[in-house]
Amino acid sequence: MALLEVKSLSKDFAGLHALDDVNFTAEAGEILGIIGPNGAGKTTLFNVISGIYAPTSGEVQFQGKSLLRMKTHEISHLGIGRTFQIVRPFPNLDVETNVLVAFGHCIYPSLWNSIGPCRRPEALREVHHLIERTGLEPYTKNLAKNLPLGLKKRLEIARALALQPRLLLLDEPSGGLRYEESYQLMKLIRTLRDQGIGVLLIEHNMQVVMDLCERIVVLDHGSKIAEGSPDEIRMNPKVIEAYLGKETQDA
Amino acid sequence: MSGYVVTILITIAIFAILAHSLNIITGHAGQISLGHAAFFGIGAYTAGILYTKAGLPFWIDVPLAAAVAGMVGAILGIPCLRVRDDFLAITTMGIGFVIEAVFLYIPFFGGAMGIGGIDLPSWFGREMTKSEYLILILVVLAFLLLLDYRLSRSWIGLAWASIREDEQAASAMSVNIVRFKVVAFVLGSGLAGLAGGFYAHFLTFIMPQNFGFGQSILILCMVVFGGIGTRWGPLVGAALLGILPEISRPIMEYRTLLYGLLLVAMMRFQPSGLLGPDSILIKSFNKGLSRLRPGS
Repeated sequence: MALLEVKSLSKDFAGLHALDDVNFTAEAGEILGIIGPNGAGKTTLFNVISGIYAPTSGEVQFQGKSLLRMKTHEISHLGIGRTFQIVRPFPNLDVETNVLVAFGHCIYPSLWNSIGPCRRPEALREVHHLIERTGLEPYTKNLAKNLPLGLKKRLEIARALALQPRLLLLDEPSGGLRYEESYQLMKLIRTLRDQGIGVLLIEHNMQVVMDLCERIVVLDHGSKIAEGSPDEIRMNPKVIEAYLGKETQDA
Repeated sequence: MSGYVVTILITIAIFAILAHSLNIITGHAGQISLGHAAFFGIGAYTAGILYTKAGLPFWIDVPLAAAVAGMVGAILGIPCLRVRDDFLAITTMGIGFVIEAVFLYIPFFGGAMGIGGIDLPSWFGREMTKSEYLILILVVLAFLLLLDYRLSRSWIGLAWASIREDEQAASAMSVNIVRFKVVAFVLGSGLAGLAGGFYAHFLTFIMPQNFGFGQSILILCMVVFGGIGTRWGPLVGAALLGILPEISRPIMEYRTLLYGLLLVAMMRFQPSGLLGPDSILIKSFNKGLSRLRPGS
């Protein structure tokens, strides 16, 4: 059984086909790249999977379970963590508290347990472990809004990891990062994969995509135009056309 | 203490509970409310009607007032769950107007004449003195501050903070937005109802104007003034805005002018409130303290 199965998924926005009959599967311990030109529907796909948008038609299954009627908080509780293209850490909370919010995923379903104190040593230990793993330990007590973009992106990953996810949706994690920052990030994503976490990666940086992913899905205008290994994708004429435009006779 | 001072202190203590209750909804959970006086009113009217018409004693009608206001808060919170920010402000304002109109136009609630004959509570076979009533309210207020301390350290407090900061990100962190908002509405409205019950038994006579839009704004001003989202801010705000009309009695005619100017100055120089983050008050206090410390 696939970790994530997307079946003929469509999403319309007032007549605009943001997603049009998209099919693919993602496996545990695999990094699946999702690429495509701007406006191809990549972020919409993430928003449908994570329950922010309801699809117009089609089906999304996570470990054989349909996500269609589920709310965002239920889907994240099942073990799907995500980051946002435009980062959204909780700006006026410090790094530690940001991560702690996600760590409460197993407590929020019970109102009774939610009354209990949240800064328990065992919870904080786990949180600090994640902060260390994402290289944020010098900033533990800094407010998220004061961090530079690269650290905010890492904070979002730390927060998503606190959900103890089986599937991670990363929306342009290397966008706006310097070379060594994105190198660090790639290393982190690889260790997550080796742990058996499935990763869906939206990325514009082709080097990152080609290096990290075993398999790539290409979207254009809401439809899947190609799927395959990085080498296959590189050679695919449809993909080249989507990115560079059609070759004309007189060119 | 003179009767005058006790009267002012009781008013301040009741408004401190009230400001505190709004702070849960607006300060902690980040949901603006421009109709909070409605729940204050629901509490006051519930206590007043139960006391005068059903003959229930203070000790039963005030807890019931809190329960009724909390329940109404849960029901009226439902339309508020789907709206945010400025839309939420308008929705809550509308709720406030509707409830004030219900008190005003439905004869059961006494209409414009209101409800009279609500006495101070009795104990040990006699009526409480005003000073005793003040102590009772202060004890309740102390309990609420303790509750606030507890909540701010709980997962509920953390969930509220995440909702206040970014709802969509919070739900992606498996925070059930609807549930925690409803908890905030119920708790905030219920405590406003409790304040209303105390207010009814203190005024002994209530009418719709006590619970109108102006009152809602005054409560919000207290919270913002003292420091929205802080523990002691609402108390300080209630004390300040409670004392201000008394000390400015000699310049009665200019009172609203003074209020307005104070609010404008506040928003310009200390938008997070007297006790909020980067509070001038706390900073200068710490500075003074470090100067007093020997060896520094």
